Amino acid sequence: MFDIDAKGVRFGELNASIREAVARGEKEIRVKHVNGQYYIGDGLRGGAVITIEGVPGNDLAAFMDGPTLVIKDNAQDNIANTMNSGRIIIHGHAGDVLGYGMRGGRLHIRGDVGYRVGIHMKGVKKQSPTIIVGGTAGDFFGEYMAGGTLILLGLDEKDAKPPEGAQPLEGGHPLVGDYLATGMHGGVIYIRGEVDKKQCGAEVGVMELDAEDIKALKDALIPYCADFGLKLEDVMKKGFKKLIPVSSRPYGNLYAY
Amino acid sequence: MNRDKRNAKFISPYIGVEPLQGASGPIGRNKNTQGGGRLQGAGFDFQKDISGCGLTGLISKDKKRLSGSHIVKSLCLMNDRGNGLGAGYAAYGIYPDFKDFYAFHVMYDDPSIRFTAEDLLKSNYHIEKIEEIPTSPVKAIPISPLLVRYFIKPLKEKLAGGIEEADFVVNTVMKINSEIDGAYVFSSGKNMGAFKGVGNPKDIADFFRIDEYEGYIWTAHTRFPTNTPGWWGGAHPFTLLDWSIVHNGEISSYGINKRYLEMYGYKLSLLTDTEVVAYLLDLLIRRHGLDIGAACTALAAPFWKNIDAMDGAQKEAVTALRLAYGSALLNGPFSILFGHSRGLVGINDRIKLRPLVAATKDAMVYMASEESAIREICPKPDRVWAPRAGEPVVVELKD
Repeated sequence: MFDIDAKGVRFGELNASIREAVARGEKEIRVKHVNGQYYIGDGLRGGAVITIEGVPGNDLAAFMDGPTLVIKDNAQDNIANTMNSGRIIIHGHAGDVLGYGMRGGRLHIRGDVGYRVGIHMKGVKKQSPTIIVGGTAGDFFGEYMAGGTLILLGLDEKDAKPPEGAQPLEGGHPLVGDYLATGMHGGVIYIRGEVDKKQCGAEVGVMELDAEDIKALKDALIPYCADFGLKLEDVMKKGFKKLIPVSSRPYGNLYAY
Repeated sequence: MNRDKRNAKFISPYIGVEPLQGASGPIGRNKNTQGGGRLQGAGFDFQKDISGCGLTGLISKDKKRLSGSHIVKSLCLMNDRGNGLGAGYAAYGIYPDFKDFYAFHVMYDDPSIRFTAEDLLKSNYHIEKIEEIPTSPVKAIPISPLLVRYFIKPLKEKLAGGIEEADFVVNTVMKINSEIDGAYVFSSGKNMGAFKGVGNPKDIADFFRIDEYEGYIWTAHTRFPTNTPGWWGGAHPFTLLDWSIVHNGEISSYGINKRYLEMYGYKLSLLTDTEVVAYLLDLLIRRHGLDIGAACTALAAPFWKNIDAMDGAQKEAVTALRLAYGSALLNGPFSILFGHSRGLVGINDRIKLRPLVAATKDAMVYMASEESAIREICPKPDRVWAPRAGEPVVVELKD
């Protein structure tokens, strides 16, 4: 285990030392006292496992290609932008615009996520990205999704109400926000719980899972459950809905008349 | 602009960069060209990370006064969100010895202008104290306007006609800002004050000696001006009476909001969209008597499709607010913190196009553009959450 102390270190210097350690062949790296440093893991290749203690800054793991990032705390916005391969495991909450245009790899979040998660997510050649969210999600979940798998679990629904000081909507935060999968034209979304068709884009079909779906879902959830010490059968106790695009050219006639 | 007092002369000395080589004559007043073109020409360091504005705020609900050093530390963590063309702080509870007086903070482009403004103040107000705002020399801020503060109270006979005291004060602020060339009131509340200018968060904090003030509510902002000039008066917070606003984003409805406010006598003279928010809060909450929640609903009203899905009384109330205050609706991306004498409020636009994170720890509540800015001064909060779009976080001081 190679330790890097990030306390008070600016992001440029910090990322240079992480790169240096990876280039030197360090397999396990621990970055301590991180707080807000941007761009950690961006464009990083290889198979290193990098553990981050603290809250990493925005644009974590953009274009990342191979490494595993373990974030022990919450994380901020714009994680895994156009990420190509590797794994990101976030033990807390994460912010907005996660997995934008993601091409491959896995993003596991135990807590809630913000707005615009999984937008423009896609596969490329044989790659298929996966994002799994343990808590709730905001609006535009899976907007313009083109490929890959997006899973929302809502494991902590009873805790999902905003705390004192915030003005809650009736019944606290919904499992997922508005404009769900609007513009979706590829990939699949599994949501643990009920989905109101009114929340979804016009091109999206909400359906029950078949045997093939259950298998795919379980395959995706096994490593997720292992990351966070959850039991697969507990997660599977509640029913899921599947969202897929039901038209390949939903706006084909938009400007035709 | 209702009155063309802001020619380039009053902006350019303070934007903090070398003059454009070979430029002839004054820079045009066109709001869209003053910032970017000039900076590019000046060899602005584009190695710097391009980002957005950053904001942070905190409140001690039990009115424990905290040194400004905390908010400075929080804001400086987000230094890279700004580009050095504006930073500022607002604090409540900092003038307990003068809490019954309006604390006017005024910037003068030229020392001679001071006398014009002071003549106006002296003929309308009892002046308890006049002093230059204490500053320390900072290498990165070689030039600044003259900064003076006044603790004042309207003369009784001036209110004899039945005008409300607060309205009288607002009129004075509008008169100075729109009619006296080179004089700008940038703070006018009681027992509170704004401190702002062109510079990085740390430099502005050192310059104004922010750590020497103690307040129970603090807000702070680092600016990345996009389509309005980076000048001393354009830094955040924007204030009026005890309202103070810090804002990340862009008020696309500025024109509509401005014309609406002008009907009520507000004069928009500070060249920046955020100015409308301060005056809208004054209009909706102080003058029209809306509560904070209703005012937030007017400013960030739900979409009609969501209103249609509401039932009975709620639908009627929200419809009424949207209809009555259509011209107060803030369009475009924003996260905003606004402080006032009784509390702190955070609010996002309706589809959350700018970040906002909130946290609590005992009687403290924190809100910022990035969670790390909160963690920098509160490493282990009791609870952290991201407020949803258009849902205000309203925190009030305990009595």
